[in-house]
Amino acid sequence: MSERILMKGNEAVGEAAVRAGCRLYFGYPITPASEIAEYMAYRLPQVGGTFVQAESEVSAVNMVYGAAAAGKYAMTASSSPGFSLMQEAISYMAGAEVPAVLVNVVRGGPGLGDIQPAQSDYFQMTKGGGHGDYRLLVFAPYTIQEVVNLMPTAYELAFKYRNPVVLALDGLIGQMMEAVEFTDFRNPDEIPIPEWAVSGKFRHGGKKNINTSLDLIPEKLEAHNWKLQKKYSEIEEKETRFSYFGVDNPETLVVAYGTVARVAMSALKKLLNAGRSIGILRPITLWPFPKQALAEKARHAKRIVVLEMSSGQMIEDVKLSVFDPNKQYEFYGHPGGVTFTPTEIEEYLVRG
Amino acid sequence: MTKDLVVAGFGGQGVMLLGQIIALAATEKGLNATWLPSYGPEQRGGTANCTVVVSDEEIASPLTDKPQFAVIMNNPSMAKFEPKMAAGGTLIYNSTLVTQVPARQDIKVVAIPANELAEQAGSARSANMVMLGVMAWVWRDVFTQEDLLTAMVHKVGDKRPQLLEINKKAFALGYEAAQKAI
Amino acid sequence: MKVVYERPKTLEKVTNHYCPGCHHGILHALIAEVLDEMGLAEKAVGVAPVGCAVLAYNYLDIDWIEAPHGRAVAIATGIKLAHPDVLVFTYQGDGDAAAIGLAETMYGAIRGVNVTTFLYNNAIYGMTGGQMAPTTLLGMKTTTSPYGRDAKREGYPLKMAETIALQGGTAFSARTALFNPKMIMETKKRIRQVFELQMKGAGFTFLEVVGTCPTNWGMSPVDATKFAETEMVKTFPLGVYKELKEVE
Ligand SMILES: Cc1ncc(C[n+]2csc(CCOP(=O)(O)OP(=O)(O)O)c2C)c(N)n1
Ligand code: SF4
Repeated sequence: MSERILMKGNEAVGEAAVRAGCRLYFGYPITPASEIAEYMAYRLPQVGGTFVQAESEVSAVNMVYGAAAAGKYAMTASSSPGFSLMQEAISYMAGAEVPAVLVNVVRGGPGLGDIQPAQSDYFQMTKGGGHGDYRLLVFAPYTIQEVVNLMPTAYELAFKYRNPVVLALDGLIGQMMEAVEFTDFRNPDEIPIPEWAVSGKFRHGGKKNINTSLDLIPEKLEAHNWKLQKKYSEIEEKETRFSYFGVDNPETLVVAYGTVARVAMSALKKLLNAGRSIGILRPITLWPFPKQALAEKARHAKRIVVLEMSSGQMIEDVKLSVFDPNKQYEFYGHPGGVTFTPTEIEEYLVRG
Repeated sequence: MTKDLVVAGFGGQGVMLLGQIIALAATEKGLNATWLPSYGPEQRGGTANCTVVVSDEEIASPLTDKPQFAVIMNNPSMAKFEPKMAAGGTLIYNSTLVTQVPARQDIKVVAIPANELAEQAGSARSANMVMLGVMAWVWRDVFTQEDLLTAMVHKVGDKRPQLLEINKKAFALGYEAAQKAI
Repeated sequence: MKVVYERPKTLEKVTNHYCPGCHHGILHALIAEVLDEMGLAEKAVGVAPVGCAVLAYNYLDIDWIEAPHGRAVAIATGIKLAHPDVLVFTYQGDGDAAAIGLAETMYGAIRGVNVTTFLYNNAIYGMTGGQMAPTTLLGMKTTTSPYGRDAKREGYPLKMAETIALQGGTAFSARTALFNPKMIMETKKRIRQVFELQMKGAGFTFLEVVGTCPTNWGMSPVDATKFAETEMVKTFPLGVYKELKEVE
C-alpha cells in the first residue's frame, strides 16, 4: 500500500484501473463520468497505454469488446444515456463470453434526465439491459476506497468467468474527493493472454479461435444458454458480497447500496447510539444479489426499509429474497437525481 | 471529532479550491476528509458550493443538510444556506459582497470583508484565501496555520511566487480578522 | 502435370452457404490466397460482420471475431491496439459498413486506424432479404424501395471508396470488382497491396469490391455478373482513389 492521496472518485477509477493492469481505454464524454476519460487521456500515455476518444458510446464499447476478445484488460466508462447505448454490445459480450470492466456513473433519468446522482439503472444493470438471457456481475462500491479495492477483483473475475463486469457508481461518488490508498501496480506484461483470445493463431498453437455469439442451430444455442446459466449459478454461489452494520437481529432492517447506504450510515450511527434495534444491509454486488444474507437478517425484522435513489427497483429483489408476505416492506426513494440527506433518513426511520 | 463545512459563492470565487485545500490539509494530517462539489449547470454563472467533512473517524455521509460551519461568499448563497445551518453553527460571510445580513439568532455570525482584505493583500481574487485564514482560526482545534498553508502550496503550486505571496498575505489578514471578530 | 489452381491452404475445406453466382465466395478465396502467399495466416484476425458474410469465420482458417451489426471497425480498433503485431481486417457488407456502421467506418479512416476494411458492395441488404442499402442504385427496386430508388425520396447512392479517400487517416482507398478474370486479378493485387501497407503501419486501408446478389436482384448468376459490369460501375466507377506512395 502506498500513501494516502486525496482524489476525485472518477480519477480514482482511472488510477485503480491502470494499477490493475488496464492499458486500453475507450470513451466518449458525458457528465458526470467524463473525468474518467480525461484522467485516462492524461495517464495512459505515461504508462505506455492507449486512450481513444471514440465517436460514440456504441463505438467505445465495441473497441473494448475487440481489445478484450484479444485478451487484454480494457475499459470504458459512461453515464446512464451512454450506458443505454452500449447494451447491444454488452449482450454480445455476455453471449460470446468476453471479459471487460465497464463503469456506469449513474445519473437521473429517464431520457436525457439530469446529471445528478441516481440509482435508477439498477434494472438495466442487474436484469440484463440488453437482449437475451444474460447476467453481469455488478459491483456497487460506496466509498472511493472501495472503488479502488474492487478494481483488481473486477478484472480478475471478468477474466475468470469470461463475463463483463460493471462498476455501478453514481454522480456523487464520481465527483467527490476523498483520501484513498492505492494497491501496487500489476505489470500488464505479466497478465497472460488467454488461450481463447483472438490474437493471431501463432499465439495459441496454430489452431484458430472464433469468438462469436451466433449459433443458428437452436438446440446448440440452447445448450450454450444453459452453459451460461451454470456459470451464473457459480457466480451467485461464490461471488456474492455484502456488508452489514447494526444489531444482530434488528427490528428494523434497512437495505441500501452505494451513496444511499453511505448517507444512511450517518443516521444509523445515531439511531444505534440511541439504543434502537436497527441494522443496514448493504449489497456490494447488486448481481449476484445477497439473497440469503438478507433473508437471514430479515428473519426477526418487523420493518424492512429499502432506500434507493430511484422510484423503487432493488426493492423487488429485496421482496423476492425475504419472500415473506407478513413482513412490512417500506420503500423510500428519490428518483430523478435527488440525493437523500442524513437527517431525512433519520427522521423517516424514527417516524416510520 | 467530526466537523463539516459548506463553502458557497459564485463560480470563479475559488470556493471549490478553498474546500479542497481544507480537505487536503486534513488528509495530510492523517485525518479523514471528504470534499463534495455541486456540479453541472449549477456551476455556470450561478452559485457553486462544496461540502467538506473532516473527521478522525470513518466518514459516513459526505453531504450534510445541516451544516455546522459555512463560508458564504455572495447573496444567492446566503439565501440558500442560512436557513439550512445547524442551530449553534457558525456562519462566516463575505461582508464586502453580501448585503443580505443573516437574521437567524440561533447561529454565530461572523462578518469578514474578504474582498477588501484581499485587495489589501494585493488582489481581490484572493478573497478565498482570506477565508482560508479565517478557517485557520475557527478550526484551530483541528489545524495549525502551517497545516493549511502547506496544503495551499501543494494545491496551487509555487510556480508563481508573486501570487503565492499575495495568497499568504491574504491568509494572514483573514486569520487576524477572525481573531478579532470571534 | 502442372498445377494451374491450388486451393488456398487458408480456405477451409467446407462448402460455403453463399448463393450460386454470389461473389462473396470469390472474395474470400482471394483473401485466403493472399494470406497464404504473404505467410500471414498465423498472424491474421478477421472481423466478420452481420450480413451474408456473418459466417465468414467458418471459411478462413485464421482467428475471427463476429462483430455487432456495423461495429466491425470499432472491434478491429480494439484488437489492433491490443496486438499491434497482428494483421486485422474487417469484412463487411454495404449495410453493415455504410449504413448502421457508417460512423465506425468513417472514424477508422479519420483516425487512421491501421486496419483494413473490405466492403462488399452488392447494392442491397442480402441477408435480410433484399431491402434498400445505402448503395442501392437510383431506380433500383428493392423490397423497401418498391417503386425504385428515387433520389427525392430515398436520397443518393453512397460512394464509399471516394468518401473514405477524402479522410486524412486513409492510406489507401480503391474500388475493384470481380466480374471477369482480369478484375479478379486486379482485386487480388489490391488485397496484397492493402495488407502490405498495413504491415508497414500506413494507416486505414479500404477496398470496396463491387459484387453481386443474384438472389435479391432477381437475376441469374450470369445476368447478375453482367449487371455488375455494365450497370453497377456507372454509379460506382472502379479505380484507386487514394494511395500513399511513401510510408514513414
Ligand atoms: C442492430 C441490428 N439491426 C438489424 C439487423 C438485421 N440485419 C442483419 S444483416 C442486415 C443487413 C445486411 O446487409 P449488408 O451489410 O449490405 O450485407 P449483405 O447481407 O448484403 O452482404 C441487417 C439489417 C441486425 N442483425 N442487427
Ligand atoms: S443473398 Fe445475395 S449477397 Fe447474400 S449470399 Fe445470396 S447472393 Fe450473396
